[in-house]
Amino acid sequence: MFASDVLVAQNIGFAIIATIMVVGALRVVTTSNVVHAALWLVVVLAGAAAQYILLAAEFVAITQVLVYIGAVMVLFLFGTMLTRARIGAESDLNNKNWFFGIPVAIALFVAMAMALDSGFGSQKMPADPAVATTQEISDQIFGPYLLPFWALSFVLLAAVVGAIVLARRD
Amino acid sequence: MFVNQFLILAAVLFCIGVYGVIARKNAVLVLMSIELILNSVNINLLAFSMRNGSFDGHTFALYIIAIAAAEVGVGLAMVLLMYRNRRSIDLDELSEMKG
Amino acid sequence: MFAAATEAATEVVLKSGWFLENAWVIPIIPALSFFLIIFFGKRMPKKGSEFGVASMIGALVFAGGAAYQWIQRVNGAPEGAFVSPVVKTWTWWQNSGVSFGIGQHVDGLTVAILLVVAFISTLVQIYSLEYLRGDRRYTHFFASLTLFSAGMLNMVVAENMIQLILGWEIMGLCSFLLIGHWWEEGANSRAALKAFFTTRTGDIGLLTGTAILFFSANEWTTKTLGVSGFSIRGLSSWALSGDPGSAAITMGAIALFIAAIGKSGQFPLHTWLPDAMAGPTPVSSLLHSSTMVVAGVFLVARVYPVFFKGMDILSGSANFIIVIGAITIVIAALLAFVQTDIKKVLAYSTVSQLGYMMMGLGAGAWLPAVFHIFTHAFFKACLFLGAGSISHSSSHHSFEMKKDMGGLRKFMPITFGTWIISTLALCGVFPFSGFFSKDEIIDNVGNNGYNVFMYVGLAGAFLTAAYMTRATYLTFFGEPRGASAGEHHEEESHDSHAAHDDHADHGHDTHDSHDAHASHGPHESGWLITVPLIILATLALSSGFLNALPFGEKFENFKKWVEPSAEVVNPTGIAYVVGGIGEARIAAEEGHSKSPCGTETPEQGVCAAPSLNHAPFKWSKAGLSMLIVFAGFLLSLFVCIQLYAKKNKKFVGLTERNKVLGFGYKLLVNKYYLDVLYEKIIVRSIAHPIAAAVYWFNQKVLDGVVNGAGTTAKGVAGWVYRNIDQRVVDGAVNGTGSVAQGAGSALRPVQSGKVNQYGALLFGAAAIGALVLVIVNT
Repeated sequence: MFASDVLVAQNIGFAIIATIMVVGALRVVTTSNVVHAALWLVVVLAGAAAQYILLAAEFVAITQVLVYIGAVMVLFLFGTMLTRARIGAESDLNNKNWFFGIPVAIALFVAMAMALDSGFGSQKMPADPAVATTQEISDQIFGPYLLPFWALSFVLLAAVVGAIVLARRD
Repeated sequence: MFVNQFLILAAVLFCIGVYGVIARKNAVLVLMSIELILNSVNINLLAFSMRNGSFDGHTFALYIIAIAAAEVGVGLAMVLLMYRNRRSIDLDELSEMKG
Repeated sequence: MFAAATEAATEVVLKSGWFLENAWVIPIIPALSFFLIIFFGKRMPKKGSEFGVASMIGALVFAGGAAYQWIQRVNGAPEGAFVSPVVKTWTWWQNSGVSFGIGQHVDGLTVAILLVVAFISTLVQIYSLEYLRGDRRYTHFFASLTLFSAGMLNMVVAENMIQLILGWEIMGLCSFLLIGHWWEEGANSRAALKAFFTTRTGDIGLLTGTAILFFSANEWTTKTLGVSGFSIRGLSSWALSGDPGSAAITMGAIALFIAAIGKSGQFPLHTWLPDAMAGPTPVSSLLHSSTMVVAGVFLVARVYPVFFKGMDILSGSANFIIVIGAITIVIAALLAFVQTDIKKVLAYSTVSQLGYMMMGLGAGAWLPAVFHIFTHAFFKACLFLGAGSISHSSSHHSFEMKKDMGGLRKFMPITFGTWIISTLALCGVFPFSGFFSKDEIIDNVGNNGYNVFMYVGLAGAFLTAAYMTRATYLTFFGEPRGASAGEHHEEESHDSHAAHDDHADHGHDTHDSHDAHASHGPHESGWLITVPLIILATLALSSGFLNALPFGEKFENFKKWVEPSAEVVNPTGIAYVVGGIGEARIAAEEGHSKSPCGTETPEQGVCAAPSLNHAPFKWSKAGLSMLIVFAGFLLSLFVCIQLYAKKNKKFVGLTERNKVLGFGYKLLVNKYYLDVLYEKIIVRSIAHPIAAAVYWFNQKVLDGVVNGAGTTAKGVAGWVYRNIDQRVVDGAVNGTGSVAQGAGSALRPVQSGKVNQYGALLFGAAAIGALVLVIVNT
């Protein structure tokens, strides 16, 4: 699986970012401090944005930064604070039966890895991928995928209304 | 670049997210784990989009980001409600649905 | 032979006209009116009903214009030529390359049904002005009624399956609103829900069938005709082109037919229709006689080639459609005998007549079936409105024939006369309209080789005559009873048939103005009610002459105007020609009867309709069915007089004395126990074990895995102990029990109510499933 071009700059970049992401993700699910978990999640999301740039998806990467790292993370921190989480470490963030997660996750990973290996083997990405410009993406969204866009707007509206109804004090 | 390197990374993130959903008791942390799962799906979509040379995946990735924002909004509203009602956001204690 | 035919191709320019080109306006008019009623209705002097009536009259004028111009178009075409439908299509919405059109597909079938729907809707709205006067939801009633008509009209002009589904679902929603109009009574809202859910069960078939057909046909239709796989014209041509694989088209046809079973009240989903009589009578008349329930039949007639090929119609052996139709005819007709509610008799009669239409379609008798939709609409609407007239003016808002009616012919001459005419039409007595349609169905079914089903049809005709005689006798003859004799309701005494008495009582509450004149005793209804009755009765008498076979070809206009001829047509000629002008037609050399459509694949060009046979009319056959009908009349009249007038000891209480008859009576009163089957057995067998299992877990949940594991270990240890140490014969039996107990104990914590555990189970199961799949496949 390791071809001669392992040391191409993109691959080195990928390896570094991927390592950071995996470590960050592991810390998100293992740390005993909610605020730390949120900050580690920022690392993973930023790493994902970097991967999107490697995948020639600039617009998505910028959206990821704006929406996820900007908006969603703020929401998470608000959620953490409004529920008065202790700022320090907490001992009881995990379930009694947390160890069930390990075999399930490993089994899932084995299944997916086997499927991916037999499915894509050593297929390569195209050498000079087309970069999606913002214009092309907007043509897609407001052209053939307009209807899902509308549906999505309704989902967002429903979410806004639902969040207000749920969270306001009566 | 291999196609698989992105897909395997996505698979790893997905499995870590699944582990988080199962292992965590704190509702906010469960929501964070769900974000991990959604992000891994986005990586997959963009990887396939690059492989196939089409931009459909980009559109879907954007839609998923929007859905995730909505999901976090509603999810945290529910967590707040839960906190107000029982002064705790431990999912363990939410077992009225015990069948 | 087709190569030669191509050379003989002649350009045929078909006439068209403004109404024909703009038939899509017809559903728009009531749809707009619906919004006007909803937003401004309450402020209008007539509470919004004027919008409804005006829009229906507008739709009727447009439909009439379209029908007239269609007839001009047919008459202007050469003999036997395929008169192409006037198709228009615009893009409604599109998603990732698939575009969904909206437009119109106007041919003979469309204009015939458009005319009927617009006409009946207009009369029903006029009738409702009087019938619902003073109702507390008068405006909403007219809004729903108008939107309902818009849905039906939209379905009829639909250019493609998506537009058809749109109309179909609008009707489903409006029928829910209208049946549950007096929802304060629990029985009415239950009936509305039942109608909604039962038809929804069938609607799954509509969506599935449309999807199956789209994915099988889209490639062919796009390539050959340049239309999408949803297009009705595309699907019809595709079905006859020899392109479809037999599995795809059969599955598609079956799925679509399941939708038709639900909507058209065919066995076994007919149970909602009689309950739906809980709605106001004009609603029954509109929805449940001439429009909504006909939607399923219309669907089959609309994309008939799909069913023709998918179900192997005309192959000589019984198919799904004909079997369902025949079963429906008989079981519904039998059920009509045990009803005491006049509207329920009519409801079961409708179900039975819909069975005739389905049986006709299943046997290749397309034209008689469509003609039966046409004639049935008039006489059944007249019967329903007649029943409404009786309850409105004479029987104090009751529909109970045995308790509250009788002897009404003296008090309500107009209602009585129109009722008799419609009854004769329904029974198929010459020369009333039902004779020319129903008898044709029976005749053609036999002529196409389905002899068994012809006898079923004749038996149905006998039963129809008998139960209608019973209903007529109970209503109009004998001595006045109950409310029609001037007595007041004792509302508490009616515990059976609660739905209808509740409804009737409700009428008391809401129509205060009526109590004043209802207490004067039975009398004829006002002109807003009698005029629609007279018009409908006139049509029940005369509409049959549109296709009166016994009088020769001059009277076969309906056939000429409505039935598409089975010609091979040029695909480029009809592809996307707006207005169908400049049609190129390939004349089939050997005439109409030798058309290859339906039996073999046309070598070039496409077919639009399968070629069907028409049974020649014979007085001997007609005479035989007349005899059967009169036998039904006489026998039923005899039994009725013995039972109800003379109280003959031999007949009264016969069902209690004779075991066989008693069993049959009980079966019928309980509607073959189908409701019990659906509600008690099917729903319970799914819901109950789950509930029981959950309860069992609940009772025995020990806290957490530790205890569960402990019990497992104990169970296993016990099993080992008994087997190794005791080695008795019972050991094995006890052992399995213990294993089951142990497994149960281990599984108990599964239902913990904890989200994380459910997540673990979900993902764990997914992981194991995926692993198995991956390992098997590699």
